[in-house]
Amino acid sequence: MKQAASQQAGIKQSGAVRRQGYRFDRRRLGRWLLNGTAGLTLLYILTPLIFVTWLSFFRQEIPSFPPEGYSLKWYAAIPGNERFVSGFILSLQLGLISTAIGLGVGVPAALCLSRYRFPGREAINSLLLMPLMVPGIVLGIALYVFHVETEINTGLPILGSLLGLVTGHVLIVIPWTVRLVTASLAGFNRTLEEAAQNLGANRWTTFRRITLPGILPGIVAAAMFSFVSSFGNLELSLFLVGPGRTTLPIAILQYLEWKIDPTIAAVSVVQIALIAAAMLITDRYVKIARVV
Amino acid sequence: MAEVRLDGVSKRYGDFFAVREVTLTVHEGEFLVLLGPSGCGKTTTLRMIAGFVEPTLGTIFLGDRDITHLPPWQRNAGLVFQNYALFPHLTVAQNLAFGLEMRKVAKADIAPKVEEALRLVRLGHLGERLPRQLSGGQQQRVALARALVFRPDVLLLDEPLSNLDAKLRHEVRIEIRELQKKLGLTTVMVTHDQEEALTMADRLVVMNEGEVRQAGSQRDLYERPADRFVAGFVGRSTFLSGEMASGGRFVSKGGLAIACNAAGTVTGPATMALRPERVHVAPKPLAGLDNTMVGEVEFVSYLGAMLDVHVRVSPSERIVAQMPNRPDIFAPNVGDRVHVGWTADATSVFAGSGAAEEN
Repeated sequence: MKQAASQQAGIKQSGAVRRQGYRFDRRRLGRWLLNGTAGLTLLYILTPLIFVTWLSFFRQEIPSFPPEGYSLKWYAAIPGNERFVSGFILSLQLGLISTAIGLGVGVPAALCLSRYRFPGREAINSLLLMPLMVPGIVLGIALYVFHVETEINTGLPILGSLLGLVTGHVLIVIPWTVRLVTASLAGFNRTLEEAAQNLGANRWTTFRRITLPGILPGIVAAAMFSFVSSFGNLELSLFLVGPGRTTLPIAILQYLEWKIDPTIAAVSVVQIALIAAAMLITDRYVKIARVV
Repeated sequence: MAEVRLDGVSKRYGDFFAVREVTLTVHEGEFLVLLGPSGCGKTTTLRMIAGFVEPTLGTIFLGDRDITHLPPWQRNAGLVFQNYALFPHLTVAQNLAFGLEMRKVAKADIAPKVEEALRLVRLGHLGERLPRQLSGGQQQRVALARALVFRPDVLLLDEPLSNLDAKLRHEVRIEIRELQKKLGLTTVMVTHDQEEALTMADRLVVMNEGEVRQAGSQRDLYERPADRFVAGFVGRSTFLSGEMASGGRFVSKGGLAIACNAAGTVTGPATMALRPERVHVAPKPLAGLDNTMVGEVEFVSYLGAMLDVHVRVSPSERIVAQMPNRPDIFAPNVGDRVHVGWTADATSVFAGSGAAEEN
């Protein structure tokens, strides 16, 4: 009797051990699956970047594996290429101007949309986000037709001008500003504004000294995203550039029509490096990760 | 410091009166507490004094200035918010300096004033910290210092202690009260916590449904409640409904005839309120009381220092007696037949027989 009981206890115990081992294995399996999936996804995202960077150092003109050797000559060639240099300058100008205008329009719009209830509020909100949803090509054609009509009817030299490009890019930049600033306003504690007013600050001082610092991370993030989306835009710009006035992405495309040497890769790496540097520097002062 | 005067102040949203015809004066140097349940209009009243809500009707004076329609930044009222509302991107010292900068105080004079205010709330060493580096109690004191540093005409406190833990709350109550007395601050505090209100106030204003129900000292409110709401909200009461009979006696629905306070001012249907701690409970007949009766103990709650004893005094009525929990005092058990009694002044009678739901 006693023996039987102890035997049974022994069986129970071993069962428990087995179950515990099973559970342990399952946990380890789960972790493996999670890490594996995360790793694969990361690899998927990074592969183009890695290859472009690698390619930009190849010596031979026609990219093929394995590389025949390594060289920096494609980087050295960039400053000599008139189209890339002027394209870069135009894209930079365009990005900065569009971002500035986008912030000027988007920040007040976000403030109104998140603070006041008025008829048509939802409609305006959707309208401001619309450019994100409409395909760039469609937007480009529409703007092109609009510019043609405007020029015919008013005589303004808008077609293919910097002004024309800016009007298009402001459109694709505004949704970023509105979204990101609205998000950071939602996280902003409005009693802080009441506190400032109670302490003697009028509306403008309150906005300048309390609200603005509070939503600064959102504004900086909006500026970053605006600039990047304008700087890298191809499909909209295609319709709006004029003769002798090409943006960097268009210069790259045109170059690709004739050659596929690693110059393109080198230009891309420079572009990626610049944007990454801008992100890192901004992040030191304003934690963008808090907003996006 | 100045006097605050509200004259027939109302705030209406559509058909709903958040505050209805409130008239009251906060005297210079007085600590006035607005007390009431949530939604009673006390916070709206405070926000009207601060300038965040504009009255629909009525006038608000601060000293002899009519501030009814002035924006908040022209009022010179110091407000301590429930969540403190410290500016997170500014240091403690910069938070305090804000109000002084807005008043164009010379740069050289700001630092000493800030230091003095921080010393006042015993935070002299924390000026360079950011708000998030402080404990809740310290943040609360920074908020208080920030509201005081620019010498406001009135100090407004919006449930300032509700975010502190119980122990700290007791300390800070006394601290704020002592500071208020020392500086002679005209103060208006809003709270729903009656104990807090009773400990801190010079005078209390009980509000309900947008109206002032009663204003007075702690003793006034507790011993002479103006209506059934005040009797139930400040302290506890057992309510019995019935009517006033001839001879100045209150006759309850269950048929008890009770000698009570303020008899003669009320006739017809009435509600009687009885304070639990004024009810005597004994195993043998009680002498020298205006009312005595016999009842059965139906429920006893053990509260540590006190016992709550629920005694059935008529088939439809129970009263609550609160008695000290001491070994030398009789402690009744459920099922005991006991004698209960109280003097006439333990009761208040109000016109109209509301439901006696407090049993």
